[in-house]
Amino acid sequence: MQMTRSMRLKEAKEYVAGKLGVTPFDLSDPVVMTDARNEFGFGRIHSYAISQPAQANMIEAKFNIARVLDIPVNCVERFKERTAMTGGEL
Amino acid sequence: MVNEGRLPTRMGDGTFAWLTRSEIRADLESGSEAAAKRAKLPPLTADEIDHLLDIYASPARFTGVDLGDEVVLSCDGTGMKTHATRIQDLQTYEQWMGADLLELCVGDYSLKVVRTILAYEAQYMHDAQLATVAPVQYGVMPNLGLYSKPDGPCDNWSELLPQGKIDEARASQEEAIEMAVLDMVHLAESQFEAGADAIDWDTTAASGDPEFLAALRATEIIHARYPDLGIQLGMAGEFVLGMHGKLTFKGTRLAGLWPREQLLLAQQAGATMFGPVVNVNTGKSCAWNVARAICLVKPCTEVAEIPVHMNAGMGVGAVPMFVHPPGDAVCRAAKAFVDLLRLDGL
Repeated sequence: MQMTRSMRLKEAKEYVAGKLGVTPFDLSDPVVMTDARNEFGFGRIHSYAISQPAQANMIEAKFNIARVLDIPVNCVERFKERTAMTGGEL
Repeated sequence: MVNEGRLPTRMGDGTFAWLTRSEIRADLESGSEAAAKRAKLPPLTADEIDHLLDIYASPARFTGVDLGDEVVLSCDGTGMKTHATRIQDLQTYEQWMGADLLELCVGDYSLKVVRTILAYEAQYMHDAQLATVAPVQYGVMPNLGLYSKPDGPCDNWSELLPQGKIDEARASQEEAIEMAVLDMVHLAESQFEAGADAIDWDTTAASGDPEFLAALRATEIIHARYPDLGIQLGMAGEFVLGMHGKLTFKGTRLAGLWPREQLLLAQQAGATMFGPVVNVNTGKSCAWNVARAICLVKPCTEVAEIPVHMNAGMGVGAVPMFVHPPGDAVCRAAKAFVDLLRLDGL
């Protein structure tokens, strides 16, 4: 939200928390956020936690982040272009 | 007479100094006054000095911001083959160190060096984006000096200026600006196509006002062309050196600008994040340096409409000029900046 949307911290935290159904305070809590990341398919962080082959991670997680936060993520847009079987045209 | 105990604190070069609480307070006040006098700003308030004193006179090994006050950590240089492949480095920072933003770069970090390997860097960004979750930016330093002889094609303005060849030096700088702008735009084009989330101009204006102008002009072009691409503009120092002296951007003379005015121009150009820098005086204590840095950057964060990530590491932002910055000094600087500057990140 900061990097590409230029949101300042308070606004960015409120935006993300609102989309995830948590509070801004929760965003730095690994206990709450592990469940949230799992629920929304945002990928898990720790190597012990990512042994979940049925769950999204890496580029898959970024598709989910773009959808849930309702923002364009550049690599996701490029991925869609290049896998549309249209020679790059959507 | 009260005999005050001495507390372990750090100098700007990282060495320990044993100062009393009164001496630390005196250093805080002196650092604030030095900044206020030099940049014609109000000094820190008594409450701010008291808060900094509590942070810097604490004997604790580690300190941190209050729960709920956490900020975003944008970590430059995280993908530069420090200990594994560059992608593995990015994954390590993301998964083990909690970096919120990652940065792919090459060790040299100079724009003019990277321009010769754009395709390879873009391919690496493409691969990195497939293997990470956190946003990944591509970082370079404009380093305009490399465009001058013997490293580059332009006459060396640092040699011309001492000879009194002012017009020739300025002409050479203006020639280098055009080349750098073109290289920055080409870099952004290739990185955007590779899926980069943002571009980071790091240590901007290290070569003074010509380099700042190049970064601002390139930022404006790139932002107009790719409005969804982030552009982080981080500075090299607190003060833009007038190596040319006459250059302007949107009517503002660039030489001599302090962080607040630097930020305003970055915003106007289309930067999405700004990184103010205050260099460390190694002969003064970290307390002196942190007070000076906060006094200089406070006017910047007060007017910012884009996120501000204070640069705090190895020789900038009250973090000692040492290759392995002591953790006790790093966490004190981070807490001080977050608490007093209303920062968006570090």
